[in-house]
Amino acid sequence: MTATGNDPTPPVALVQPQFASVADVRERLGLAGYLADDAIATTVFLADRLGKPLLVEGPAGVGKTELSKSVATATKADVLRLQCYEGLDEARALYEWNYKKQLLRIQAARADDTWDATHDDIFSEEFLLARPLLSAIRREEPTVLLVDEVDKADVEVEGLLLEVLSDFQVTIPELGTVTATRRPFVVLTSNASRELSEALKRRCLYLHLDYPTAEREKAIVLSRVPQVPEQLAEQVVRTVRALRAMELKKAPSIAETIDWATTLLALGIDTLDEEAVVSTLGVVLKHVSDQIRAVDELKLS
Amino acid sequence: MNAAAGGLLGRELEFVAALRRAGLAVSSAETVDATRALLSIDLLDRLSLRSAMAAALCKRPQHRKTFDTLFDLFFPARIGDGTADERGEDGDGGGEGGEIDPQMLREMLKQALLDGDTETIERLARMAVTQLGRADGQPGRQSWFTYRVLRQINPDTLIAALLAEMLGDQERGGFAEKVARQTIAERIRQFEEAVESEVRRRLAEDRGADAIAKNVVKPLSEQVDFLRASRDDLANLRRTVYPLARRLATRLTARKKVEQQGRLDFRKTVRASLGTGGVPLVTLHKPKKPHKPELVVLCDVSGSVSSFAHFTLMLTSALREQFSKVRAFAFIDTVDEVTKFFTPGLDLGNAMARVVREADLVWFDGHSDYGHSFEVFAERYPEAVTPKTSLLVLGDGRNNYRATGGQALKDLAAKARHTYWLNPEPRHQWGTGDSATRAYEDLVDEMVECRNAEQLTEFVARLLPV
Repeated sequence: MTATGNDPTPPVALVQPQFASVADVRERLGLAGYLADDAIATTVFLADRLGKPLLVEGPAGVGKTELSKSVATATKADVLRLQCYEGLDEARALYEWNYKKQLLRIQAARADDTWDATHDDIFSEEFLLARPLLSAIRREEPTVLLVDEVDKADVEVEGLLLEVLSDFQVTIPELGTVTATRRPFVVLTSNASRELSEALKRRCLYLHLDYPTAEREKAIVLSRVPQVPEQLAEQVVRTVRALRAMELKKAPSIAETIDWATTLLALGIDTLDEEAVVSTLGVVLKHVSDQIRAVDELKLS
Repeated sequence: MNAAAGGLLGRELEFVAALRRAGLAVSSAETVDATRALLSIDLLDRLSLRSAMAAALCKRPQHRKTFDTLFDLFFPARIGDGTADERGEDGDGGGEGGEIDPQMLREMLKQALLDGDTETIERLARMAVTQLGRADGQPGRQSWFTYRVLRQINPDTLIAALLAEMLGDQERGGFAEKVARQTIAERIRQFEEAVESEVRRRLAEDRGADAIAKNVVKPLSEQVDFLRASRDDLANLRRTVYPLARRLATRLTARKKVEQQGRLDFRKTVRASLGTGGVPLVTLHKPKKPHKPELVVLCDVSGSVSSFAHFTLMLTSALREQFSKVRAFAFIDTVDEVTKFFTPGLDLGNAMARVVREADLVWFDGHSDYGHSFEVFAERYPEAVTPKTSLLVLGDGRNNYRATGGQALKDLAAKARHTYWLNPEPRHQWGTGDSATRAYEDLVDEMVECRNAEQLTEFVARLLPV
């Protein structure tokens, strides 16, 4: 529960900015192997500076999860990952009592143990199984908490996240309230398969990651597959962009562009002509109907 | 200008107000975030400023265009001809104020398009607007026009030359040309957008950002003609319909949930047995896998219900965001699947325009024909309706005195789990004139009068105990 009248700004002591400036973010992400554009660098910088969760939304395979991992590498933090799925509940996301161990403790209790002592004992730290959300709050080392694919979780989980992410504290009835001593850098990712609640969006900074511009995508391909000739990278990127412009069931992602370049390289193909495209189309398009359509529209037959 | 009135903060608040007028729901907490963001970043870096504001204020990708347009108006990149401030330019062009004739500009543009050099393309767009876009209107007042620029530069006529250069000696007509065309089209669009935004900036400079903001935001809703009349209503409806769709979705799920329990949940049972000293007195069961409701929406989008059609399509779109398995079909006198137009996150106006434009809904004369539509639906999409499906028909049942196709609907209703019909007409008009409502009423589980969001709420609430 959020008490009304709370100061909305987080206590300063909790937020320990890791980045000095937007340029610093860009440089350090670059060192971690992530080519950030202006929007990404700025938003990451702000999330770090303001201590707010960062909601990253965009189609599959544009590097949402990769971003959070790179932030972790850049800040020398550990990633705690909460993968969301339908049916995810509090016991999996927040904490749970280790009932097996509790049971053992009760059975092992000697006759002269009072009930009070046993009771206090089995609801102590030792019997608590911390799940990602609680672990992230309790950690004192730099942490990146990645809540992956929030849109897959049920609406109730959003409520839970709201509570945890607005105050960075968790109340365990038997133990009391655990408050973060050091705010984790929180990244939520979503494929926008459903609209997230306004309340959750309001509490986060928002970054929409889309397919990159041609230049940036080329740079990404060249940095990931350094052996690929620039000419070929250019052709691959252009072709992928032409594919994305069609109405496909599943547009090719950045990951697939990289895969394609790798494949072509492995096959020793150095110009992307019609024959090469037809024989390797399966790398970028994973639906038969998409392939048929692409062959048709690109006049490959 | 009025920016001086409140300084940076004043400007930001004006900007937020303009966003709200344009239909973005910006809360005060978000405004506070934006302000704190302003304080943390380098204000001289305009792109950074824009990203920062967007991160705090614009949380739906489909709003981003409106956001960018307004941002350019309220935080313009340069003032006047832009010659005084060359920061961030490479400066080789030596000022954008100098006179260059259109022919030369075309040549330069051609080169820039060929290289795909974004910065030069944008610089050329600004030069073009400065030189070609001005028209002196009333004395002492200038006006700026996009079409004047685009008519004189006419970038589309460059395509042939660009193609020739880009393809070199490669074979024409094939795959290489297709990809090259796509690339060129993309770059030309970039140029055109740059011209548009420069024109807006010039206009805003002359008349004040607020005045222009009111005009430039409109086109979004004007994309679809029939939406214009009820733009505010639509925004209002949207706000009520979305939560409703969410509730409808959970209701349909909940009804399944209360049915018998699933397998024994060992973990929970043992855990509960702690309360009784390790003796499992109560067994606990896993809930049955939540039933994934399958919903098939069949909606009339003909002229007679055009205002209702907005609403039904809006509901469809909202449902589409909540249910994983929704198939939407639209019909006038024949039926076509329109599910693909409603992928989540799409602009609703766009989706509606596309339904009307692209879907194959007219078979004979474009007047509602429920009978034929039902028959075609049953014949063409027999797999759509299964015993797990809830079928939702949206329409007024005004059939232009044609055959009702009652048997087809009856068969569909028999196959589906539930069949509901939402009718936008007042109940007392049902069955009058060409309304075939009476014929359909008994075939479906229930026909509901649904003229406004309130009645829809009622319907959704009532769905539970059925």
